[in-house]
Amino acid sequence: MADPMTPVRYRVAAKHQETSDTWTLDLRPLAGPIATPRPGQFTMLYAFGRGEIPISVSGLPGEGSPLRHTIRAVGSVSEALCALVPGDEVGVRGPFGTSWGLERAEGRDVVMMAGGIGLAPLRPAVEHVLEHRDSYGRFAVLIGCRTPRDLLFLRQLEAWRGRFDVEVEVTVDSADPGWHGDVGVVTGLLPRIPIDPDNITVMMCGPEVMMRFGARAMIERGVAEADIELSTERNMKCAIGHCGHCQLGPKFICMDGPVFPLPEVGPLLAVRSL
Amino acid sequence: MTEVVAQRQSIRDLLAAHPFFADLGDRDLDLIAGCGQNRVFRPGQVLFREGDPADWFHVIRRGRIALGISIPGREDLIIDTLGPGEVLGWSWLFPPHVWTMDATALDTVHVIALDGVCLRGKCDDDPALGYSLARRFAGILSDRLASTRLRLLDIYQADPHG
Repeated sequence: MADPMTPVRYRVAAKHQETSDTWTLDLRPLAGPIATPRPGQFTMLYAFGRGEIPISVSGLPGEGSPLRHTIRAVGSVSEALCALVPGDEVGVRGPFGTSWGLERAEGRDVVMMAGGIGLAPLRPAVEHVLEHRDSYGRFAVLIGCRTPRDLLFLRQLEAWRGRFDVEVEVTVDSADPGWHGDVGVVTGLLPRIPIDPDNITVMMCGPEVMMRFGARAMIERGVAEADIELSTERNMKCAIGHCGHCQLGPKFICMDGPVFPLPEVGPLLAVRSL
Repeated sequence: MTEVVAQRQSIRDLLAAHPFFADLGDRDLDLIAGCGQNRVFRPGQVLFREGDPADWFHVIRRGRIALGISIPGREDLIIDTLGPGEVLGWSWLFPPHVWTMDATALDTVHVIALDGVCLRGKCDDDPALGYSLARRFAGILSDRLASTRLRLLDIYQADPHG
């Protein structure tokens, strides 16, 4: 197994601008690739000379597809990564962490709730369910973001919405009059989704406040906490549970997470000092 | 006369099937239905504007409605959308009975429009009905307040790590 602390060199094969501050990078290995990530896992991306940050995988490599990461330029390293152009090199370590419980969800209804950039770690899970559609029951994807201009993966959203076997609902916090979609919080979409509490798996990724309200709404509709998974985010550094930067109580987000069943992490998220 | 009764009965059934009126007693449903009528709005049609008298409220059966605010010097802003199963408007219930936002049909909208003046009169005559309705509207107010608070947090704002 490769040294988890040594970055593998990748080249930026393509770059797509998603929003005013968010880009998706398509990466291809210069030599051997990293192990194939599972949906929900993250890698450490190294902008040479600038630093390294954890970024969730937004597209799985395979059969000609590149390794994809969707990055919001919010700090020094993410700005450097978003400034890369095709042909530039980047270091990749990983994949790290836990993944969405897609196997456990087989045979059940699945609801995925994404807020803002949180759609990126869920996208491979959405694609997995769509590629194995017969293995799952009803499938709904609920997406919330700030404005219509902040929506990620527009072309893919259109493709998903064009299918008859998935319900895709999008809402924004506010919009100009040209917007004909929904306006409101993402949890406001939940009443539209039929919920069978005994046969459902819920996967959420987004701001913690959104996940807290989303989980509460699901529990009010009878969904068991154990059937709700959250993807959490902390300041991962080493990604192998040594440095402690991402510690959340007794958990290391980099190893025990980022995807957790709600009972494991819910009480910790409610602790104010954590 | 028959036509009016038939329509009233139909409205009563529609109200009974609407989540907002779930578990409401037959007598109360009859009273409320007496203040109602079916209405259809075309896409883009304005239901009301800020400052208009709030004489009606709308029980949405089909279609979606945008709630917007006009801001001088810039484009109007849509701050909420409502759809089937929801109710538009509580200003009819509280003085000064004036709408505080604009409401526009986003697509073809089917509603039961309930006459607020008629209903206020019935609520004054029958406090139990008034209490039941007030409780339901308080639930909506509570949900919308929670939603507004959540949006005030601007939760999708970038976290300046990395």
